Amino acid sequence: MSRRRVEPLVWLMFSAGGVLAAVFLPILVLLFGLAFPLGWLDPPDYEHLRAVISHPVTLVVLFGLFVLMLVHSAHRFQYTLYDGLQIKKKRTVAVLCYGGAVVGSVAAVAVLWVAA
Amino acid sequence: MTQSGGTELRLYRPRVSTWWWTRKRTYFVFVMRELSSIFVAWFVVFLLLFVFAVGRSEAAYQRFLDWASSPWVVALNIVTLAFVLLHTVTWFAVTPQAMAVRVMDRTVPSFHIIAGQYTGLVVVSAFVLWLVTR
Repeated sequence: MSRRRVEPLVWLMFSAGGVLAAVFLPILVLLFGLAFPLGWLDPPDYEHLRAVISHPVTLVVLFGLFVLMLVHSAHRFQYTLYDGLQIKKKRTVAVLCYGGAVVGSVAAVAVLWVAA
Repeated sequence: MTQSGGTELRLYRPRVSTWWWTRKRTYFVFVMRELSSIFVAWFVVFLLLFVFAVGRSEAAYQRFLDWASSPWVVALNIVTLAFVLLHTVTWFAVTPQAMAVRVMDRTVPSFHIIAGQYTGLVVVSAFVLWLVTR
């Protein structure tokens, strides 16, 4: 596919990932990053989490969340390096950023497969 | 008379310092907002490790919780929360500029779009909290 056809799609995924990150991440970071590990709230018991995560709807939602947030992050970080930190090696930066998103997405498929 | 070396095209390219964004507050916030992308990626990795642990066994889940409570992970997640909140606030704030919503031939005021997004944030947060802790 040519660059011209891919670019609108990437911007669309960037926006979708941005919305999802804005709406989902604050509560997820608060709960799983801080409240449960630090014992502010009792961590949910294993059987319950297992049941929630292996539900088909959860698997699909998590897959969408992970992939779109990774593309969002890669796209934005590419411009951060280019404009923000003045790293002008455009192609290398793009390959590293989107390559990272692809690797992460493949990992997401594998992890969700195990959890299913 | 001929001049030597005048044939190649010379462009004027002003050098921009790597630290240009530290000079002004708005530039600084802009770059911080863009850097939130690193922390979004980090937390996707964190969540993948979490799902992987739950997918494997109860013992793996327990090990994940222990690892997640180690000081460096907690410190990283505190910073992550700050950057994620910066992302949320700035993302909501620019949405009305990126997307003009028209209802019945009138443009919806940006205040309503922003309020709508915060309502979405509250609803999603409440749902996630309920789903995880019930």
